[in-house]
Amino acid sequence: MDRDPHVCVMGEDVGHYGGSYKVTKGLADKFGDLRVLDTPICENAFTGMGIGAAMTGLRPVIEGMNMGFLLLAFNQISNNCGMLHYTSGGQFTIPVVIRGPGGVGRQLGAEHSQRLESYFQSIPGIQMVACSTPYNAKGLMKAAIRSENPVILFEHVLLYNLKEKIPDEEYICNLEEAEMVRPGEHITILTYSRMRHHVMQAAKTLVNKGYDPEVIDIRSLKPFDLYTIGNSVKKTHRVLIVEECMRTGGIGASLTAAINENFHDYLDAPVMCLSSQDVPTPYAGTLEEWTVVQPAQIVTAVEQLCQ
Amino acid sequence: MVQHLKSSSSKSILLNVLRHNLGFSSPNHASRHLRQNLPHGPLSTRVSPNPVTRLCNTMVDTLSSIGSHEDANSQVMDFPGGKVSFTPQIHFISESNEERVPCYRVLDDNGQQLTNSRFVPVSEEVAVKMYSDMVTLQIMDNIFYEAQRQGRLSFYATAFGGEAINIASAAALSPQYFIFPQYREPGVLLWRGFTLQEFANQCFGNKSDYGKGRQMPVHYGSNKLNYFTLPNAVDAAYSLKMVGKDACAVTFFGDGGSSEGDFHAALNFTAVMEAPVLFICRNNGWAISTPTSDQFRSDGVVVKGRAYGIRSIRVDGNDALAMYSAVHEAREMAVREHRPILIEALTYRVGHHSTSDDSTRYRSADEIEWWNKARNPLSRFRTWVESNGWWNDESESDLRSRIKKEMLEAIRVAEKTEKPILNHMFSDVYDVPPLNLREQELLVRQAIKSHPQDYPSDVPL
Repeated sequence: MDRDPHVCVMGEDVGHYGGSYKVTKGLADKFGDLRVLDTPICENAFTGMGIGAAMTGLRPVIEGMNMGFLLLAFNQISNNCGMLHYTSGGQFTIPVVIRGPGGVGRQLGAEHSQRLESYFQSIPGIQMVACSTPYNAKGLMKAAIRSENPVILFEHVLLYNLKEKIPDEEYICNLEEAEMVRPGEHITILTYSRMRHHVMQAAKTLVNKGYDPEVIDIRSLKPFDLYTIGNSVKKTHRVLIVEECMRTGGIGASLTAAINENFHDYLDAPVMCLSSQDVPTPYAGTLEEWTVVQPAQIVTAVEQLCQ
Repeated sequence: MVQHLKSSSSKSILLNVLRHNLGFSSPNHASRHLRQNLPHGPLSTRVSPNPVTRLCNTMVDTLSSIGSHEDANSQVMDFPGGKVSFTPQIHFISESNEERVPCYRVLDDNGQQLTNSRFVPVSEEVAVKMYSDMVTLQIMDNIFYEAQRQGRLSFYATAFGGEAINIASAAALSPQYFIFPQYREPGVLLWRGFTLQEFANQCFGNKSDYGKGRQMPVHYGSNKLNYFTLPNAVDAAYSLKMVGKDACAVTFFGDGGSSEGDFHAALNFTAVMEAPVLFICRNNGWAISTPTSDQFRSDGVVVKGRAYGIRSIRVDGNDALAMYSAVHEAREMAVREHRPILIEALTYRVGHHSTSDDSTRYRSADEIEWWNKARNPLSRFRTWVESNGWWNDESESDLRSRIKKEMLEAIRVAEKTEKPILNHMFSDVYDVPPLNLREQELLVRQAIKSHPQDYPSDVPL
């Protein structure tokens, strides 16, 4: 926002309150309450507002207080955000960033524990990225704001408290690139967002047991970085996908199809995908924990695949 | 049966309670004692352990904001959102006013200027351009409609009956104001200089179409002329506010469109943000086959403005002068005072909803005919323009034959022009086509190579 006066923020309680997860803390004090705008409660309206503002020259960052609320803005995201550059014959660009916390939290209830990346992935014209560490959150956010395409940046409710030493100076992360978290030889584990941390936890156990997993945080959910992924598959010949989406129609489902289609010849075993079950997330803490893939399950899956 | 509460005012009731609880003798006495006897001071923010004292704290807050005399009219309560006065009567606001909101018009049914009518004057140049553009729009609509019926166009939607709304509002707006129309406002683009050829190119989806053949006919867009078919004027207004431009955004919609949630949210947003937007509703009585009686139960759309805190006006949409004045005044207010304005233009949809509709199936042909003849916006305005000596029969026939010729030529050229190249199916989805789209284009080209006879001849590769 310092660098470019066209960047602005809009959403519910993003102003003086600093956002429900404090992501926009201090911004209203610094940039004023028009540039960091508290909107009335209507996701469809303020998302549409951001899109129109982008058409006329601004670069809005639209916050969904929880990604699940953006279901109310689906019309705007699909028909306007995704399609306008195309249907206007290239006359208008929509350089918006739509961001917010999603994923399964701690007892937030079914409606507030959704994985919107599943539903949005088909929309032509948008890009989707998911951050997972303070380092890539900063880099991806900056890249998303500077992109001429509309970008949806998926944050995770349970990752806001992560602490990491990151460079003060400017850097951006490439929106279409996956991140090599841990190079390895035996198996490719593809993951993103919070599951990356579960995978890394499982990796410790796996290393102790003598396995050498290659962990890739795919980061770019649309389009997939098939270059990085492909090179890894060609090396290890086994793929495990660990995601938080539901089994049906999630990012994992699409990724499985893409890998099978493109790298079938390099696989020594079928692609395995660990996902959440096709159920609404229960409120009870114990039940909720079991809808999310746990490190123990990841370890078992790797052992199975590597037999 | 509701029994009216006795003459006691609310304040008296409160104080009676206090008197009862705390043993004081007179109202004023009570307040003074409360303030002095409170252990934590009159407006303490600390929570008192003693429930009675807590009650006193709240009471004092309340009492101190009540007026000193006990007149029921002057009693107020400070709820969040501001002071409201009390009433001891139980009274429901009626669902509608006894009289409908009156409709502003300048010309009578025959095009004679009404005495005592107030309107923004138009010069001869503007009036003649307005009338000519209304005629052009009507002819354009006629010819495109016929072309669709002959199978030369896939689809078309006419604006018959809405010519005055289209042209007069465009004339009252500055060309730099961004317009977000629906689909019955091509006259706005026409006024701003979109040529008949450009209209034809879009309808035929050829390579000269600015939309590159991606939209169905009538969905015009022009960055240059600040016009794009899309319902998001609120956004544009926010943008204008941010950069401090002295302009407003304008959006058009119909009676049916006003039922969408977007409409209500947009009105609310612009009111809260004090954004300069004109909301122009073409209430033409029909949403495809749904009459307004099945669309809403309010007195039209104009009354909805007040619900959101927006100034509104109802205008005779078939009266070009009234439309011009209303839009002119509205835009001044919007820009000067940074506020949204709602304009309901009453009119009648003379044509069918589109070429996919036959409206005689749900309304009488007589009704359509009456509106077309007796309340025609073109004839009314023409009478007024002629009465000023600015138009005559010769100008009329010259104009009509010229436009008709131009239109037929435009169609002939548009029809013959090549379609957009295949590459445009994949361009502009993103700023740069990503790998998957490049792959998909290759697949399409491969398929065409193996089956060339199935590929249309007028779409270049």
